[in-house]
Amino acid sequence: MSLDPVTVRRIAKLARIRVEDSQVPRLQAELNGILGWIEQLNEVDVDGVEPLTGGAQMALRLREDAVTDGGIPEQVLANAPDRAGDFFAVPKVVE
Amino acid sequence: MAYVIEGSTGAWEVVIGLEVHAQIISASKLFSGAATAFGAEPNTQVSFVDAAFPGMLPVINRVCVAQAVRTGLGLRAHINLVSRFDRKNYFYPDLPPGYQISQFAHPIVGAGVIEIELADGSTRSIGVTRLHMEQDAGKSLHDQHPGKSCIDLNRAGVALMEIVSEPDLRSPEEAGAYVRKLRSILRYLGTCDGNMEEGSLRADVNVSVRKHGEPYRTRCEVKNVNSIRFVMLAVEAEAMRQVAVWEAGGTVQQETRLFDSGRGVTRPMRSKEDAHDYRYFPDPDLFPLVLDEDWVEQLRRALPELPDEKRARFMRDYGLSAYDAGVLVAEQATALYFEAVARGRDAKQAANWVTGDLFATLNRSGRTIEDSPVSAASLGRMLDLVADGTINGRIAKDVFDAMAETGLAPDAIVQQRGLRQVTDTGAIDAAVAAVLAANPDKVAEFRGGKDKLFGFFVGQVMREMRGKGNPGLVNEALKQALT
Repeated sequence: MSLDPVTVRRIAKLARIRVEDSQVPRLQAELNGILGWIEQLNEVDVDGVEPLTGGAQMALRLREDAVTDGGIPEQVLANAPDRAGDFFAVPKVVE
Repeated sequence: MAYVIEGSTGAWEVVIGLEVHAQIISASKLFSGAATAFGAEPNTQVSFVDAAFPGMLPVINRVCVAQAVRTGLGLRAHINLVSRFDRKNYFYPDLPPGYQISQFAHPIVGAGVIEIELADGSTRSIGVTRLHMEQDAGKSLHDQHPGKSCIDLNRAGVALMEIVSEPDLRSPEEAGAYVRKLRSILRYLGTCDGNMEEGSLRADVNVSVRKHGEPYRTRCEVKNVNSIRFVMLAVEAEAMRQVAVWEAGGTVQQETRLFDSGRGVTRPMRSKEDAHDYRYFPDPDLFPLVLDEDWVEQLRRALPELPDEKRARFMRDYGLSAYDAGVLVAEQATALYFEAVARGRDAKQAANWVTGDLFATLNRSGRTIEDSPVSAASLGRMLDLVADGTINGRIAKDVFDAMAETGLAPDAIVQQRGLRQVTDTGAIDAAVAAVLAANPDKVAEFRGGKDKLFGFFVGQVMREMRGKGNPGLVNEALKQALT
């Protein structure tokens, strides 16, 4: 599998990373290098092996349904680039 | 008869599938200990997990899992003992992490079924494809500030169930009936309050059209429809639009649209142009969710009686029609009220009073059955007074209205207002005589063969007795006097 420049631009757009045209060839080469490396995994025979999604085969721990957090609007908003009252303020997004 | 849209090239069938997002009833959020209550001050129910501060880790809420399992059981669906969480990636200001934790490849609940009831009395089984758990997003408010959108994260991280139907629905009516039935089941289970105004239940409507016998054509998704009426209107508007596109020689493009309820049309949603590239991958913060089979069995055994079972029981035990039973079981509180009235009494009569006068009174006063001005005990007692002949059926209406107005017990009203039924034949005969004397022309007509006038005389005598005459005795006395 090999990425073309259009796909590289699309990946960048989905990740909201601005990429100048001059950067595309280098990124394309780097991403293709990474993909090629990962594709080696396809050579491993995993028939009958359960997929592993974490570092250890464990199950989720369930917590009790109790309100133990919240009530800290000042701390939650402390790093907000902009705020309006106790809201986060962002450029207007109207559908 | 099948619902079709008549176009210039013939009839079009409508194919509908629904994705319903139902907020789970729980005290705290799916992956954090912040509260879920509706209507709190902005950003007061937000933890660092919900606001996606670096390094914060999600820990799943046991009750949310139980609620999803119970809902799956209520939909007669397969419960997957092992399920997983994935990240669904997209950027939006009300989604701080840049991804929603959801279940994509391995949902907690598999295929199930919902029976829907239609106006003509028929029922249809609609397939449920799956149910999975995910996080709700925060809320964007656009009218608080002239140049900015305001973000409140109180809702961010609240547990949702996404319930996906098969494309089995074929008309706006069926789509409406499906949401209504699903809502009823959720409310019985206590897993979602079903409040569409507050957004605890929202529907995404997938619509396509086709000529009879064709495979499916391209569908469009109408997002975030927030009432049952709008679901029905959105289906119709979108289907009409697609028929017009196809018939003009065009092609329907798969896209996400919004329903504009003011204008009754759908329009494309610009922000969702890339919506279908979510780049799901397993969330590395979360191990698989493994359920204990015994726990699932425990939850199954503790399920309440659900609408379908209750409806069947009402038809069997109380001899109700499918329609009456369906109306009475739609809300658990109504069913409970009805049973309190019907137990040990004439069930058909109890059903008539509940679905007739009681519903009318509640509608008029804007009250729910939980705070009904007439209690089930009072209505039951009133039916006893009718059954033992203390009052007649006609006066019962007046007693009912008086109970609704004053909240008094029926006995007190009958006593105070002197509404006791008159069975004294002397008084009845006197009333009959007075009516006949006042209407000599009608008496002559009746004797001349105009039988229909009998009803007129009954009415007049009852009026004379201010409605309190025993109808049987009045009939008898009139028959005697007129022959």
